[in-house]
Amino acid sequence: MLTEVDTQLPDSAESAVAKLKAQFPDAVQSSKEFRGEQTIVIDPASNVELLTYCRDTLGFDFLVDVCSVDNAGQDPRFEVVYHLYSYTTLISLRVKAFLGEDEPTIGTVAGIWATADWHEREVYDMMGITFANHRDLRRILMWEGYPFYPLRKEFPLGGKPSEMPDVAFTGVAQLEGGPFVTAPGPGDTKTREPRSRDQDRG
Amino acid sequence: MVAPNDSPEETPLVTTNAAYDSKVEGNVIVTQVDAAINWMRKNSLWPMPMGLACCAIELMATGASRFDISRFGAEVMRFSPRQSDVMIVAGTVTYKMSLAVKRIWDQMPEPKWCIAMGACASSGGMYRSYATLQGIDQLIPVDVYISGCPPRPEALIDGLMKLQKLVEEEESLAALKPEITKALS
Repeated sequence: MLTEVDTQLPDSAESAVAKLKAQFPDAVQSSKEFRGEQTIVIDPASNVELLTYCRDTLGFDFLVDVCSVDNAGQDPRFEVVYHLYSYTTLISLRVKAFLGEDEPTIGTVAGIWATADWHEREVYDMMGITFANHRDLRRILMWEGYPFYPLRKEFPLGGKPSEMPDVAFTGVAQLEGGPFVTAPGPGDTKTREPRSRDQDRG
Repeated sequence: MVAPNDSPEETPLVTTNAAYDSKVEGNVIVTQVDAAINWMRKNSLWPMPMGLACCAIELMATGASRFDISRFGAEVMRFSPRQSDVMIVAGTVTYKMSLAVKRIWDQMPEPKWCIAMGACASSGGMYRSYATLQGIDQLIPVDVYISGCPPRPEALIDGLMKLQKLVEEEESLAALKPEITKALS
């Protein structure tokens, strides 16, 4: 049975984006469609307010994932990406917020979708982005006291040495001439398959 | 000594007494202490299954009926390190897990052996990564390395047989002989 709110639900991702633009003309900075997928870029300062609206009014009852991207060398450097889905209207929406390099911080959405709790801890652990008002912002994969953020671009693939007495230590993995990478393009399987290559020559 | 022709009934007693004792004949094996101890040890290696990744699935298969590690006396998987003889490190050892593995190894009583099962436990395998220990031999002494990703149960059994060979050739008590003679004298 449709309620008053349900009748206002968007019937497509495009209309959801249109409603968001109408509701938050300042917060929605841009929007883009790629292969039928809608992405909007928002002001990080208003993410909690906008995403609450997405859940309560637009019917996005499921937060699929929270992840982050390191655009090293660009400004702003980091982006936090929210993937929303609605089990009511079966619509997907991607919401991005860009953050600067110095102390990247964004408000937590764990109060909107409880699942964001661990997703945000993983983003914090791997990328060093902090989430304001998060109730339990600890590392989730690495241990407390590990000094690096391993998914940042400046972090080497083989790791860096570290030492936490009685907790854990890390060393440097020998890459034997480069990481295992594929060489896409023409050529037979032997030239294309993943193998160790010189990192400089690619 | 009784004269041979003096009493015919007692003649057998004389010979048996000197050369044959029916109570122990067939029940005594003469060997060296080391050989006996090693023979017992190698045929009752109780594994500490350190299953950390997909190798543990093959380890379980090795224990199950088709491959049946009990044919080699190693079917008694002990989930307490204090009752184990051989730690089978089966899987990827992350740095986060590594000190826990080391601690469990330290809790195992001597004598103890270690099998590094599969590429990850032996060398980090395909995980050339900030998160993975590049071989468990950085923390604990490994006796047998088994290649494979994961190794088949036959390979694990082959590794176990190699370990048995190793145990067989060890000097269990001979090395302790000075200490023992000192304690006994």
